[in-house]
Amino acid sequence: MRLSLLSALNAERAARRAAVLVTDIASGEQRLVREAEIAGDPLAQELEEKLRQGKSGLIEQGGNQFFLTVQTPPVRLLVIGAVHISQALAPMAKGVDFDVTIVDPRTAFATPERFPDVPVLAEWPDEVLPRFGIDRYTAVVALTHDPKIDDPALGMALRSECFYIGALGSRKTHERRVQRLTDAGFTESDIARIHAPIGLDIGAISPAEIAVSILGEVVASLRKERRRSA
Amino acid sequence: MHATDTDILKAAEAWRREGRNVAIATVVETWGSAPRPVGSHLVIDQDTNFLGSVSGGCVEGAVITEALDVIADGKSRMLEFGVADETAWQVGLSCGGRIKVYVERVD
Repeated sequence: MRLSLLSALNAERAARRAAVLVTDIASGEQRLVREAEIAGDPLAQELEEKLRQGKSGLIEQGGNQFFLTVQTPPVRLLVIGAVHISQALAPMAKGVDFDVTIVDPRTAFATPERFPDVPVLAEWPDEVLPRFGIDRYTAVVALTHDPKIDDPALGMALRSECFYIGALGSRKTHERRVQRLTDAGFTESDIARIHAPIGLDIGAISPAEIAVSILGEVVASLRKERRRSA
Repeated sequence: MHATDTDILKAAEAWRREGRNVAIATVVETWGSAPRPVGSHLVIDQDTNFLGSVSGGCVEGAVITEALDVIADGKSRMLEFGVADETAWQVGLSCGGRIKVYVERVD
């Protein structure tokens, strides 16, 4: 592989844009096809399909074998609330290669001392989230318990195609949340996208255990087509 | 910090820019219970430093050996490991799966 090609592939990933590297197995010839350029490629249909599945793989066309290295943007985890659970969640999520950002307008919580490994934005979610452009490779978790902070973030997540939305709080808390979101015009099926109470039921007690259950649920949503039972 | 697929291709680029000779191995096909999915990478330099994996550790040694040849002559190679294969028996893909690995030099 030419270094320039490798460099271009890495640049696309850093910019959160999908791309496919096409390798002609017999000749070793390679080309990079950016998502926006797929329609004009001779293998457009195959590239589209592999990208949709998010899977690399071999294909055959005209008696030639091509390997398609599919590169989707890194999963982004937007954590609303610079709380104790988030402190445990941030390093774990980084460990599974998620791109983590913490958002909390309360400056006492949102400090770099509390979150040494990840970006922390001491701003309101409704100001921050539009800048991110929540895409289908994004998960949003709302952990503040405070409707003033959580609700606007959930509203934006529901209007996006993000793959996971979770909200912390008991069933009672969630009932009240459902009511507020309904009043705000969201439908039942919109609201059903929210995982609440958040996290897999592993009987978690401590903040770190709750972080494990949340991360488990996010990964389960990301990999749902691979799960044996869903 | 352990290596993720993101880090591996970034490392390949960084190593090459440092002037190291580098090869990238990619799992291109799997059959049966293969430990790493298609698209997984292993990056290797001329001093056999490596990052990433193409199996659960079963065939990495053999891939690294082949990668040194790829680094030396610049010719890409397709390697196959599996239970029916003599080499695989030696290197031991114990899960019983078969994998095909493409090894190329970064120029």
